[in-house]
Amino acid sequence: MSATVKTAGKSVRWVDDRLASSNFLKRSMGKVFPEHWSFMLGEIALYSFIVVLLSGVYLTLFFKPSMVEIVYNGSYVPLKGVEMSEAYASTLDISFDIRGGLLMRQVHHWGALFFIAAISVHLCRVFFTGAFRKPREMNWVIGVGLLTMALLAGFAGYSLPDDLLSGTGLRIAQGIMLSIPLVGTYLSFFVFGGEFPGTDFVSRLYAVHILLVPGLILALLTAHLIMVWYQKHTQFPGPGRTNENVVGYRLMPIYMAKAGGFFFVVFGVITLISGLVTINPIWLYGPYTPDQVTAGSQPDWYIGWLEGALRMMPNVEWVIFGYTISWNILVPAVIIPGIVFTLMGLYPWIEQWATGDKSEHHLLDRPRNAPVRTALGAMALSFYILLWIGGGNDLIASFFDLSINAITWFLRIAIFVVPPLVFIATKRICLGLQRRDRDKLLHGMETGNILRLPHGEFIEIHAPISDEEKAVLMSKPDRIPLPAPEEMDENGVRQPGARMHRLRAKLSNFYYADNIPLPTREELEAAEAHLRHEVEEAAPVMEEDRRLVPAHDGSVLHDPLNDDK
Amino acid sequence: MSTHDNLPATTATDEAAAIEAAAAALPAHKPRRTDVDPKAARRAERQVALMFLGSALMTVLFVVAFVAIPVEESVYIWGFGTVNASNIALGVTFGLAIFLIGAGAIHWSKKLMNEKEEIQLRHSLASTDEDREAAIEAFDDYSADSGFAQRPIIRRSLITAMALFPIPLIVMLRDLGPLPEEALRETLWKPGSRIITDPTGRPVRPSDLAMGGLISAMPADLPLVQEEEGNLNARAKAAIILVRMEPQEIVSQQGDNWDYGGILAFSKICTHVGCPIALYEQRTHHLLCPCHQSTFDLADSGNVVFGPAARRLPQLPITIDPEGFLVAKDGFAEPVGPSFWERGDA
Repeated sequence: MSATVKTAGKSVRWVDDRLASSNFLKRSMGKVFPEHWSFMLGEIALYSFIVVLLSGVYLTLFFKPSMVEIVYNGSYVPLKGVEMSEAYASTLDISFDIRGGLLMRQVHHWGALFFIAAISVHLCRVFFTGAFRKPREMNWVIGVGLLTMALLAGFAGYSLPDDLLSGTGLRIAQGIMLSIPLVGTYLSFFVFGGEFPGTDFVSRLYAVHILLVPGLILALLTAHLIMVWYQKHTQFPGPGRTNENVVGYRLMPIYMAKAGGFFFVVFGVITLISGLVTINPIWLYGPYTPDQVTAGSQPDWYIGWLEGALRMMPNVEWVIFGYTISWNILVPAVIIPGIVFTLMGLYPWIEQWATGDKSEHHLLDRPRNAPVRTALGAMALSFYILLWIGGGNDLIASFFDLSINAITWFLRIAIFVVPPLVFIATKRICLGLQRRDRDKLLHGMETGNILRLPHGEFIEIHAPISDEEKAVLMSKPDRIPLPAPEEMDENGVRQPGARMHRLRAKLSNFYYADNIPLPTREELEAAEAHLRHEVEEAAPVMEEDRRLVPAHDGSVLHDPLNDDK
Repeated sequence: MSTHDNLPATTATDEAAAIEAAAAALPAHKPRRTDVDPKAARRAERQVALMFLGSALMTVLFVVAFVAIPVEESVYIWGFGTVNASNIALGVTFGLAIFLIGAGAIHWSKKLMNEKEEIQLRHSLASTDEDREAAIEAFDDYSADSGFAQRPIIRRSLITAMALFPIPLIVMLRDLGPLPEEALRETLWKPGSRIITDPTGRPVRPSDLAMGGLISAMPADLPLVQEEEGNLNARAKAAIILVRMEPQEIVSQQGDNWDYGGILAFSKICTHVGCPIALYEQRTHHLLCPCHQSTFDLADSGNVVFGPAARRLPQLPITIDPEGFLVAKDGFAEPVGPSFWERGDA
């Protein structure tokens, strides 16, 4: 026994004496996880969060969350002698006077961008593969909570340095607060300690950014991971993979090395980018003052969709009984995000209710096999992207030399027209892919080899698909819409809740009715026989073909060497 | 309906059979080169070790760079331009030191660790019906023990107390800030306030403004007030812009003769969500907010011509004082900045 193993054995015994942990340890080390590249997206989010946490702790050692005005006297020459808040001055110090400070600031910012990007793409993966279905609905909701918290943490952190750009962001946030009916003005006065900008906000936001939100993220993250562990990871269909098993590699040693190594890869890549690419050069923006702004000011990318919504909304404002309702701000900044996050959080139950599917799902859907869900997701994405484009309408206008008003009007119309079109197109593409899958099962793969039979017929040779592919294609679940309910029961009495049942039947029809059924066993057998026949028929011709030699002019010659041996 | 019929109940023999069936269906395991060729395995071993050693080297270089490169040193690198030398050296060495550990570990697992796929069974996540019944029964028993259901007076008084106890937590937030009162309707501007340029702080004569020009300005007492209050609150409301156009170009104003010889003063704070506005198109007299592109026509009472802002830019009536400097004739007639609930039609 090597020394390492002996030491390890000793510590295992020490812990086990106190916690009876051996059984758990044995099971955990041998736990099997399925493998797929898309399962790494959540990992990236987790690891970049750890990176952000570490670099954030470092930054707190130097950052001063104070809005007290001081005169800058650090080593960044262009701002020497300028009045600014301590928050901004200490951020300049981190960037210019502390060795490694700029690197850590950039690691923190890049890491945050990675974090939110990874969460967003991970969310798309989970949605489009149906991984949110029973029994994982709770984890989906936790995930939506994590996304919300991540956006909040990002915005709060972005606002702390008190530079001109972040201050403008805060001014917009305060304008949004003011628009909230009834309580908005009070909310703004309480949050900012009086009028905007006041001197309290940075220190208050600091507590939110370094304690409250990260604490919540940490708690939600822990729950998220425990649930993934306990419920076991979903897997993609394939040979041997069923709804009742998990096929993959053991945690130890494969995932210790792969996932552990991947943490270092993510950390390393973020650090390299931070060493090479400047992000948020706050020294160029100058300190915040409420009467200055730079043209082309943009928030970080993840706020872009809200910014776009604000820009696109027409200027509707009502005054009722002497009170003002600013729909132009409420709709894009409060109502739309509220609807988006509510629908997102509730989606697992919406689909469950509409389809009546209450069974456990551990095998992932291929997006094409759930055309309506996939199309709804694509529709939501197109909505998001249009808003996002709206957030950059000024940059687009100056880059492509277009009228900003024309772009805005285009987007105002497109936001209603494009998503439904995307829905229809995506659904059709999914159904088309389903048909192709069916064709592949029935006729095999097209090889591109055209053959002329002795009696003159041209046929294309089809090759049977591999067992692996067949297993994937055959994994498609058979989904049957709910039957239309009986209006009357056997005694001719109207069924209670008949209208609700009708609605559900309609919805499940909407979800499932267009699905292309898998071939039946008979069809598959017939197809296999046909394929065999085709191969048999082609064989002698192919044999003949092998003895033909193409000539330079494209015609075919007989090869004398091979002829009539 | 039993809720755990989603997954079949399994016995030990069933489980073994299920695993065997799945194992039979798995595609045959193809050995890697490192599995069959000891030379390739040794090469992979060397590669992994090299990456780990490379990481160690980078860590050493990081410390060297930290000590050796002054923090203000900059360096020109092709493709990146002039960059901070310390930042790039520290980032690259530290980044590689971390990255190589990860790359080594992954390479190790991919080339040398056993990569046979294994199969484990899932078990129903729901408990058995008996366990469930037992839990519900236990809950009923225990809660009966407490008398929660049988003693309504205790139950109701407890609920009342629980509902009320968070109130202090909310009440204590009251002192986060003062009440709004009339603060959002008031600015520093009052009759006779002299207009000075921002940021240079010089008083303005009408002749200082070029035809078609725009300058940012503030009330003369703002610097002092700002000093006294120690915040930027007054500035956030009092900032204005002055523009000059031919008097006959002015289509309308918010009040009679609020201009002075074609010089108009407007609030600089957007009525949408409060960004300062300064993108001025001389020819059309349009003022564009850089944040959300609300566009105001300064020749026509500052009315909104495009974008999400719903209200016109408030105009400040101006005139000149005996010394010939521009002053406010009066304060703003309507609140500046974003709308708010209590604003009404004021």
